[in-house]
Amino acid sequence: MMSTRALGLSSALRTVAFAPRTLRNQVVLRNGISRRFVQTESLTPTANIDILNKQRLKRPSSPHFTIYQPQLTWIASIANRVTGAGLSVLLYGFSIAYLIAPGTFDSVHVVDFVHGLPEAVKYAGKFILAAPFSFHAINGLRHLAWDTGKFLSVKSVYGTGYAVLGATAVSTAFLTFLK
Amino acid sequence: MQSIALAKQALRASAPSKIFARSLATATQKPVLLKEFKIYRWNPDQPEEKPKLQSYTIDLNQTGPMILDALIKIKNEMDPTLTFRRSCREGICGSCAMNIDGQNTLACLCRIDRSPTKNTKVYPLPHMYIVKDLVPDMTQFYKQYKSIQPWLQNDNPPTQGEFLQSIDDRKKLDGLYECILCACCSTSCPSYWWNQDEYLGPATLMQAYRWIADSRDTHTEERKDRLQNDMSMYRCHTIFNCSRTCPKGLNPAAAIAKIKLELAVE
Repeated sequence: MMSTRALGLSSALRTVAFAPRTLRNQVVLRNGISRRFVQTESLTPTANIDILNKQRLKRPSSPHFTIYQPQLTWIASIANRVTGAGLSVLLYGFSIAYLIAPGTFDSVHVVDFVHGLPEAVKYAGKFILAAPFSFHAINGLRHLAWDTGKFLSVKSVYGTGYAVLGATAVSTAFLTFLK
Repeated sequence: MQSIALAKQALRASAPSKIFARSLATATQKPVLLKEFKIYRWNPDQPEEKPKLQSYTIDLNQTGPMILDALIKIKNEMDPTLTFRRSCREGICGSCAMNIDGQNTLACLCRIDRSPTKNTKVYPLPHMYIVKDLVPDMTQFYKQYKSIQPWLQNDNPPTQGEFLQSIDDRKKLDGLYECILCACCSTSCPSYWWNQDEYLGPATLMQAYRWIADSRDTHTEERKDRLQNDMSMYRCHTIFNCSRTCPKGLNPAAAIAKIKLELAVE
């Protein structure tokens, strides 16, 4: 009502109010009041597609992982990937190095090399190896459980997620301080 | 009746009616509670300009409780060029799906965080081509949905009457058929971000399972065969972002895990 009054249509509306219902809806409302102030031009379907395709060339893609809230679900998944890749690189890297130079990378030399390191570096190194190994191994069990159809609710995803984090901490501490 | 008459008498005695009415109006006035909204903007008419966050500050005490109310208020009162999809405002149409404070959800079901010190960031659904502002291009999403043939297929329809189904069989569809295809889950899935062209995504896959699980549908094998390849379904790495974010509380990840199980025992 307010907006139509502003357009100076209130007298027209008042007459409409007394008109029969069908007339009110069809004739007056459509022709008089809902007049548009911005004209739209009608295009053929092909012209529409042309405009759309021109726009498509320049469309941005909306931001994703930079704006998504860090959640245990996908952070744990990425951690699983990264630790898996890291451990694989280490395994394959060491194996290939051993193939190329068996004299330098055999157990005796490795043990000798580690033996000469300062205590702090030894513990740091053990931690760096133990943490990703523990997480990847224990989180792997969680994935196996999912693949057999267990723990599939959001609640148990979080429950098992925190359990994995806890077990990883315990296992990492054990492996780091293992003499 | 008697008590009303008494009350009227008391009013007349205590104060002139004009002042009484004014004091009531002042009492309902709420304090101003300003809150900043930062909203993703991109205009296809100026494609060279990079997408940016535009800041709007509104009084929450003059706004409805939901994010969609805030967006509508901003569009009505501050900036009519702000563009977003909305329709039902009660979480059944799925139009207003967007990323609010880092989570995909429906703007109409998401309460405004009333802390005035923290701003609220509103982005379109992640990793989608943008048509304008908060409006993503859903063409690919709908094409993927169409590709799973989401309708009942049965070569031997009953000679008369409708398809019959046991209560237990009907129960298998609960938690699947309620999906409103808002695309919150698919666009929250990192696998879908990286492989949108071939991976069907959680929303479509859950609907694929909805038809696989339906006892009235006899094309189950064809449906499974279409998923039996590297990309269509097996890009799901059980991340669970989909189930975590679903505004309808459904569990696409569980549905996909069940398809995987069914395909594995073949």
